[in-house]
Amino acid sequence: MALNNETIKTRLIEKFGDQVSNFDEPYGLLTFEAPKEMNLKVMQFLFDDEQLRFQFLTDLTAVHYPDKKDRELAVVYHLHNLVDNIRIRFKVFTDINKPDIYTATQLYSSANWMERETFDFFGVNFVGHPNLKRILNVDEMNYFPMLKQYPLEDQTRVDKDDAMFGR
Amino acid sequence: MPRPVRFNIHPILADTKDSISMVDKMPEGYGGEGFFAAKLSDVVGLARKNSMWPLPFATSCCGIEFMATMGSHYDLGRFGAERLGFSPRQCDLLMVMGTIAKKMGPIVKQVYLQMAEPRWVMAVGACACSGGIFDTYSVLQGIDQVVPVDVYVPGCPPRPEGILDGFMKIQDLVGQESLRRRNGDRYKELLGSYGIQ
Repeated sequence: MALNNETIKTRLIEKFGDQVSNFDEPYGLLTFEAPKEMNLKVMQFLFDDEQLRFQFLTDLTAVHYPDKKDRELAVVYHLHNLVDNIRIRFKVFTDINKPDIYTATQLYSSANWMERETFDFFGVNFVGHPNLKRILNVDEMNYFPMLKQYPLEDQTRVDKDDAMFGR
Repeated sequence: MPRPVRFNIHPILADTKDSISMVDKMPEGYGGEGFFAAKLSDVVGLARKNSMWPLPFATSCCGIEFMATMGSHYDLGRFGAERLGFSPRQCDLLMVMGTIAKKMGPIVKQVYLQMAEPRWVMAVGACACSGGIFDTYSVLQGIDQVVPVDVYVPGCPPRPEGILDGFMKIQDLVGQESLRRRNGDRYKELLGSYGIQ
């Protein structure tokens, strides 16, 4: 049978049961969620299966939802099946006070720098990452800039004041 | 059949009676048949300003405008800056063109330190002058936080004519610089404020 969103959803449910949830298709991209302890198992299944073959990690990023208590940080994986040209999105949610997620670097080498970027901007701690340190920001920075509570402007600058710059 | 020319069909011929010359004025001095005596700093300045070797530190969009300035239409080679070096050891003028992130700041400083005296710095574009539209946590708000700058060229991006105007101002500075400036206290204090010995 041809590989499409329905077949992927059926295969996932038959393998993982009710641990995968929240199936949705915004703009035709199948999106689902799993508990954070299962993220490697799900991705390994999607990688190894001969029919599913999601062997390309397009993007790994995070989203901060300050209003969803206990589920503030979502780590989002975008996977791509290069042979059949199907993409899916896989999200895991975690609490912001304990943002530990298992690293995907054993499975996808491109996750190495993408996880460093996610750590740099959101503070997600990837357990088992070989070199988790800041990649794009200055090493001495002591906060995670993309969280919603921090404004865009650098608060330690001395030569520009907010009144003159319309903020 | 090509379209007939509609514009510039009555061009205004340039007035070359007072002929255009590169040097605004000759250095003052006393001349005679076969000799000319002038101040050493004037002659050295004249030689230096008409053969500046720039180092284009082109980071983003202003770099493209610089490429246009080096092209044949707005020619930077007319001013003697034909030979661009990408090694700071061989260049006089550091032209920083484009957005400099905070992570890039120490690198710009390192490049500046590797240049030999006399050296000048030109900040091209709004981002190099003051951070430009990027008033954020990651962009250095002006390279004068890490290196002393001589000429600022505003614009986003500045037109090639603007970059040429900035270059001509650098030439004015170079032509009139005293030979003792770099050893004086004021210069040492300036460099000291940047942490450069």
